[in-house]
Amino acid sequence: MILVWAVVIPLLGGLAAWLSGRLGSAFPRWVSLSALALDLVLLLTLLDGGPAGSRWLAEIRIEWIPVIGAGIHLAADGLSLALALLTAFLGMAAVAASWSGIRERTGFFHLCLMSVIAGVMGAFLSLDLLLFYVFWELMLVPMFFMVAVWGREGRYRAALRFFIFTQAGSLLMLASILGLYFVHGTETGRYSFDYADLLGTPMGLATEFWLMLGFLAAFAVKLPAIPFHTWLPEAHSEAPTGGSVVLAGLLLKTGAYGMIRFLFPLFPDAAATIAPVVHVLAVVGIIYGAVLALGQTDLKRLIAYTSISHMGFVLLGIFAWEGLALNGALVLMVCHGASTGALFIIAGAVEERTHTLDIGRMGGFWSSAPKMGGAALFFALASLGLPGLGNFIGEFLVLLGSFRVNAAAAVFAALGLIASAVYSLWIIQKVFHGPAPPEAGIADIGGREAATLASMAAVLLWLGLFPGPFFERTGIGTAASMPTGSEIEREAVTGVAGRIGREKSGRPPGLARHGAGEGPEEMRGRQQGK
Amino acid sequence: MSIADFIAVLPILVLTIAAVAATVLAAFRTGHAFNAALAACGFVLALASLAPASKAAPRAVTALFSVDAYSLFFTGLLLGAALAVTLLSYGYNAGREGGLAEFYIVLIIGTLGAIVLASSVHFASFFLGLEILGVSLYVLIAYFLGPHANEASIKYLILAGVASSFLVFGMALVYTELGTMEFSRIAMRAGAGAGPLLFAGLAMITVAAGFKLAAAPFHMWAPDVYEGAPAPVGAFLASVSKGAVAVIILRYFLQTGSFAIGPFFTVFTAIAVASMFAGNILALFQKSVKRTLAYSSVAHIGYILVAFLAGGRPGTVAAGYYLAAYFVSIIGAFGAVALLSGKEKELDSITEYRGLAWQRPWLAGAFTAMLLSLAGMPLTAGFLGKLFVAGAGVGEDLWFLVIALVVNSAISVYYYLRIIIALFSPAYGEAAAPLPGLPLAGSVALGTLTLLLVFLGVYPAPLLSLLEKAAAVF
Repeated sequence: MILVWAVVIPLLGGLAAWLSGRLGSAFPRWVSLSALALDLVLLLTLLDGGPAGSRWLAEIRIEWIPVIGAGIHLAADGLSLALALLTAFLGMAAVAASWSGIRERTGFFHLCLMSVIAGVMGAFLSLDLLLFYVFWELMLVPMFFMVAVWGREGRYRAALRFFIFTQAGSLLMLASILGLYFVHGTETGRYSFDYADLLGTPMGLATEFWLMLGFLAAFAVKLPAIPFHTWLPEAHSEAPTGGSVVLAGLLLKTGAYGMIRFLFPLFPDAAATIAPVVHVLAVVGIIYGAVLALGQTDLKRLIAYTSISHMGFVLLGIFAWEGLALNGALVLMVCHGASTGALFIIAGAVEERTHTLDIGRMGGFWSSAPKMGGAALFFALASLGLPGLGNFIGEFLVLLGSFRVNAAAAVFAALGLIASAVYSLWIIQKVFHGPAPPEAGIADIGGREAATLASMAAVLLWLGLFPGPFFERTGIGTAASMPTGSEIEREAVTGVAGRIGREKSGRPPGLARHGAGEGPEEMRGRQQGK
Repeated sequence: MSIADFIAVLPILVLTIAAVAATVLAAFRTGHAFNAALAACGFVLALASLAPASKAAPRAVTALFSVDAYSLFFTGLLLGAALAVTLLSYGYNAGREGGLAEFYIVLIIGTLGAIVLASSVHFASFFLGLEILGVSLYVLIAYFLGPHANEASIKYLILAGVASSFLVFGMALVYTELGTMEFSRIAMRAGAGAGPLLFAGLAMITVAAGFKLAAAPFHMWAPDVYEGAPAPVGAFLASVSKGAVAVIILRYFLQTGSFAIGPFFTVFTAIAVASMFAGNILALFQKSVKRTLAYSSVAHIGYILVAFLAGGRPGTVAAGYYLAAYFVSIIGAFGAVALLSGKEKELDSITEYRGLAWQRPWLAGAFTAMLLSLAGMPLTAGFLGKLFVAGAGVGEDLWFLVIALVVNSAISVYYYLRIIIALFSPAYGEAAAPLPGLPLAGSVALGTLTLLLVFLGVYPAPLLSLLEKAAAVF
């Protein structure tokens, strides 16, 4: 039941916030914040571990449309739970970030924000493909409103573009879902949208490939992968701060999650076939995003382009489909959510004080706002992958893992790290140092902003210094053959050399390795004809 | 005819009596409320009479009608739509010039034609129903005279007249070839071998149906007529008139298997794809809400045709669900326009809708829900409709049509969102003036439609089970 509540609480909270908006603009903020806090606590109780013998920490099935074999099937394993926790956490950060920025129609704003969060939460927890699609779309409409109503000057264009891009991808996925549904139905006589049923559907490689492309379209747009990224810079920079946090921190992650949860397990062979192409796209994305970030003059746009670069690493990690890289991708997702979210919050704070996002008109803020400067430096360093912070662990594991699969891709991806150092430090240099504009001096961050940023920093530090417990709980592919948390840490220490040594001990390279039973357990289920 | 026959066609009889009664009573009482209530009562009684009628079903009543689960379902749907249109018209018409009693009488007669179509299995009743419906529409479109309305009515009169003559000629050719006008016999005899006359006849019937459905390339009249007609009549045109023709065409093709004859599958595929693209692409350029909705309804016929072409049980169920969802959404969308339109002029230009969400949050919310449903977003009826249609297409391996549907759904998002953006953007200075109060009957109708929209989008099981029965007829 906890899973149902996890989705319903944000929705109810959003409705309550909307209604309470009539009483005063402060009410919706507190209502939303408490609803999300409740959600977070509720999800944390799942960390205790699930029933023995089940791969799910929690699972629930409720009848919905039995005629067509669609049900409400929610379940959480480590992967879902980590992202669900991130959702509730970043949701709170987004509420806090909108605290003083959203003054008009606060009730409706929080309704939209909470509906997006409910949609994201639902997408992370659904195991019925139709239900997943419903949640997948549910986040779209309120996000559209957030950009279109509270955004900046170019908001209508940005909102439309965001909606149409994602909707086009989603519809292709819907066609694929239906295709898979009928392929499975005609093969087995059982028509079902349930993930557990659809796993291991027997089909020809050509069919599998086309169906996989539909899913890939939806996920690649959301992620975003080059060349489907054009909606992102606009949407992120035009959205209000809370919206940017949710977009960058959560919506992008749903694309990555979909690949891990659905695309690879449902279409393993087709995904392996297209993996080399995606590796190239990922690497191009990493470098392209970083290079374009260097050229931006708008602070939010700059951060948006860095997102493309970082999500390139996530994409590379996923399509390496290898234990280390996958776990790295997961850590990176969480850390990117926190660090980019924090950077957007800082950008929003700067905008609130100076009414501009033009980097050219900023400078020397350190002297008047040292705390903000310090926080910005911290998150910029996290973003560039400073060891000791979570992003480093993520990017390092991705590189390590993908090196085994596609060495060239890993080498070129590593180039992106250099660019990320340049743009991260450039932000600090331009905004907080250098000559101050004549009307210099901005108010430093207050207690609310400090608390938000501090909690996000704590997440990054925890994952950077002591990631073991995280891997133990959430490590993707908890099957015995997968590295456990401590093994991952050890591996990270012994480094590439140790890996290569083992590589020589006669295991076949590349993606074919899943067949050897090393992939996550969905793969193994397929092998066993589950 | 036996008593059971009369009971089976009770909805048709009730509406006939209602039309006569309304005509007679209108001579004595011309009050607007009275006449509207009379029409509403007629529709409610006709809906209630579905219960005894369904006990008598399935039953062939003369050679003209077949009362079965299929006809009963769609009769109910058409009557419900007509009731909603009546409620919306009441607020819209209130305070307008001229006698209003006839508006409702004509509305009843038009609906009578529509439900005749729903249970027709014979060319004679097909043609009669279509003409009853068509003649009523000429009157309704031009009811409140004005340059646009007159143009719209004359355009509809001429084109519908041409379509009717095509239809009659087509029927005559089929009759010449097969010697029967009953759908079931056409099915048997057409199988034996199709001559050129049969082809010609079917082609002419297709053209006529295309006109009535406003499917591309026969859609040219739709935007002008929808724009010129009063908003509730627009709702009637887009739902009842179009729906009734779709219902009989679906039955005709399911029973006669005419899709299988020669190139007709290809022809209908072309019409479906052309409707989708023409409707959606032309809608992108519209500045008027009613014209946008008109083009949108052209596109929707394209989507429904995908279900027709898929055929069989899944196709019939999908078409039924889609029609129901489309009815709710399009009547709701036109209803929102009707509720907002003042006595002097229709609220039509998209820019005039700016800022409505902040002045009329509930109404704008309902309108937004209708538009999202037309766009096919989840949690609305339109999504499940589209899902079932796409599912029927995929099930029959009609990938070409399904991809066209997907591409078009993505295109269509743009113009629906454009209206939504207008609703939610800040109002212009003078538009902030207080708006007149909303009519109660129309608001209730729109509220009910919105609830229905969400219900059908979340919990489709009850409607699906009805449709399964309806589809089992064939």
